[in-house]
Amino acid sequence: MDILASLFNGILVALEPINLGLAIVGVIVGLFVGAMPGLGSVNGVAILLPFTFVIQGFTGGATSPMIFLAAIYYGAMYGGAISSITLGIPGASTAVATTFDGRPLALAGKAHLALVAAALASFAGGTVSNVMFTAFAPLLATVALSFGDPEVFALMLLAFATFVGLGGDDIPKTIFSICIGLVLATVGFDVVSGEPRLIFFDITGFSHGIRFLVLAIGVYGIGEMLWTINTSRYGSSMSNVDVSARAIIDAIKDFRHAWRGTVIGSLLGFFVGILPAAGATPGSLMAYGVAKLTSRNPGEYGKGSIDGVAAPEAANNSASTGAMLPMMTLGIPGSPTTAVLLAGMVIWGLQPGPLLFTNQPDFVWPLIGSFYISNVIAVLINLAFIPVFLWMLRMPFTILAPLIFVLSLVGTFAAYQDMFDVWLMVIVGIAAFFLRLLDYPVAPAVLAIVLGPIAEPKLRQSLLFSDGDFMIFLNRPIAGPITVIALILIFLPLIKLIRDKMRQSA
Amino acid sequence: MKSIKKLVFGAVSMVLAATSVSGIAVAGGHGWEPTKPIDFIIMAGKGGGADKMARLMQAIVEKENLSNRPLVPTNKSGGSGAEALIAASKASDPDHTIMVTLNSFYTTPLRQPGLKIDSLSFAPVARMAEDTFLLWVHKDSGLKTFAEFLAKAKADGNKWVMGGTGKNSEDNIITDFLNENYGLSMKYIPYKGGGAVAKQVAGKQLNSSVNNPSEALGFYESGDMVPLVAFTKSRLPMFPNVPTLSEVFAGGKQISWSYFMQRSVVGAPGMSEKAQAYYTDLFAKVYASKDWQTYKSKKSLMGDLMSGDELKAYWADQIANHTKILKASGAIK
Repeated sequence: MDILASLFNGILVALEPINLGLAIVGVIVGLFVGAMPGLGSVNGVAILLPFTFVIQGFTGGATSPMIFLAAIYYGAMYGGAISSITLGIPGASTAVATTFDGRPLALAGKAHLALVAAALASFAGGTVSNVMFTAFAPLLATVALSFGDPEVFALMLLAFATFVGLGGDDIPKTIFSICIGLVLATVGFDVVSGEPRLIFFDITGFSHGIRFLVLAIGVYGIGEMLWTINTSRYGSSMSNVDVSARAIIDAIKDFRHAWRGTVIGSLLGFFVGILPAAGATPGSLMAYGVAKLTSRNPGEYGKGSIDGVAAPEAANNSASTGAMLPMMTLGIPGSPTTAVLLAGMVIWGLQPGPLLFTNQPDFVWPLIGSFYISNVIAVLINLAFIPVFLWMLRMPFTILAPLIFVLSLVGTFAAYQDMFDVWLMVIVGIAAFFLRLLDYPVAPAVLAIVLGPIAEPKLRQSLLFSDGDFMIFLNRPIAGPITVIALILIFLPLIKLIRDKMRQSA
Repeated sequence: MKSIKKLVFGAVSMVLAATSVSGIAVAGGHGWEPTKPIDFIIMAGKGGGADKMARLMQAIVEKENLSNRPLVPTNKSGGSGAEALIAASKASDPDHTIMVTLNSFYTTPLRQPGLKIDSLSFAPVARMAEDTFLLWVHKDSGLKTFAEFLAKAKADGNKWVMGGTGKNSEDNIITDFLNENYGLSMKYIPYKGGGAVAKQVAGKQLNSSVNNPSEALGFYESGDMVPLVAFTKSRLPMFPNVPTLSEVFAGGKQISWSYFMQRSVVGAPGMSEKAQAYYTDLFAKVYASKDWQTYKSKKSLMGDLMSGDELKAYWADQIANHTKILKASGAIK
């Protein structure tokens, strides 16, 4: 009961006018940076970090500044879905998986369904993770600590296994696509050997590695636009959407069909989020993969499945709350955004670590209380503005296409202020278009680029531990079962293929 | 409501300040003042020790209104600082480009002569602190002293695993030093950041680490991680019971050795003398601020403010020292 009392007090503090006001402003700022392609929650919190000193000077404590930044983080997770669905460009890297089904739904004139599902799934994901965070934070910190290198690698292997099912039925082409992604993921400086790899033509831009966001905008901004130009030869508007309140209310009722994706996303997202090194982007991609893998109609995915929108959206909100856990209890950021939040906490004079909950209850509980409040604010604001977002879709494609092109260029530059990234983004976009023309699935390559840089060092660090013995992935209590499940998933299609062949010949 | 409006307004103006030119002018007695936002390159990724410090410096400048133009931080972490060094040396406007550096400021150009970077070509602005290193183990290891550590690590051979930030980094240099001088064969596993290393020790995935105090502080306070020895010249005020390496007799010998990481602000090569004077003065004010002094003592940072020719001489000394260390470990020829 102690926890409930603390939480109740925390919520009361979070509801104080100044804190409530900051949460509302934060959510709106977050929605905006989240919806802008290229800008994500990390840019939002980094740009506004200095402003928190103004707040701190005003209120005295570290609580209000943190509530403000956390609200931006929350809002951005909601906002990312907006451009993913309406424009087909992921608003942030965490919303890439949302484009997989959100975009087809929008093209089919059902953008309102997708936007409502995204908002409600985000709310559900946020709520589930808030409850788990409140109830089990110290316990979960221990779980996160027990995940060593082999465990994280086993988990990544499991994620790859779910991808094999992501690319449609053509498994060789899916594997080829994963391999392209993995090769691109190795560009840059290697952590383990400290040596540069694949720095083509000695171009400095390659030394920091190929940034995920650059690829995502290239593939889904430029590549998608070229594809639309290629397939639709009419100058008509992209789709006819219903912007009436009635349609929105019907869409809210329809959301019950997305319960499966929402549940998978909320739980998986939280779990991936609490592991340092992972974060919301892999969380949302994995949730999409698992939702598809366990679905009764996997054929619907990629063509406009509501579950396919709900799973990643529930997961990215759930994971972003989850990522707060290692940041606060272990002092390790699970994502770039929490890294900036961590820097903020240190600057405000707090020491993140296992004792934070005991030593700083006046900071921790109002912050957790504000998670609940910000989540409610975000879903209300988002639902209220859906008709406005839908108006964007009424624009004729002749206006929308240049707009997407400009947003892709500006967004890529805004993310890291590097012209190299902009050129690379355009090249990637054109390459993605041709891959798609040749019927290669692009999504597995995108996923491989997210997970490759996490999986590869973990694999090599594990093998350094074991002196090159691969049994380290099988003979540890947590890593073992995960590896076995992953291997079964990878070989399942192969077994199916052989069984079908045998039946045919029989 | 009025206060909220004020905050909203503040937020909006802060965004404007961070992205474009800001308005608040400060009267200064210098001949030179920045005329546009200052590019503030951070030689490391977001969330690490260097990043936290850089953002604190930016915050102090903002809070105390020390500059008429904002510092705009950009993280360039690629290739152990190679990306940042190249970006700074190719800066189109050296008078508006400054960088926060660590020891990779010397080691990366030494290890990668192909970069054609001369550390001494950068303008010395201010050494803000020297970060310190301690040897950490998990409390469940039962080890209480450096001598016990040596005995255990020696017995375990290459089953004793030390973690650190990156290959050929500061952590690797210290590990090599211990292996070589005390006849150990500890295995070194590189990770991406100091926080991740501390977590692996706290989770008992690694046997030991040589984290900076700021990285291990949370786990030290909770009692999970125990410091055994400090690689400093004198005992750290925060860890009065932890001896320095130089004062312990262990493994049959007593070795006087210390190792630090500089936390310095440098100007891009080609910066004018007037601009250099401006930044030297700016960071002297940051150094003197209460916030910086509190941070310095809380995170066990050593080293006094150093600038100008004195800082340049310090770099030359450090470069010679690191050349020796890297040659001894075989990292360079």
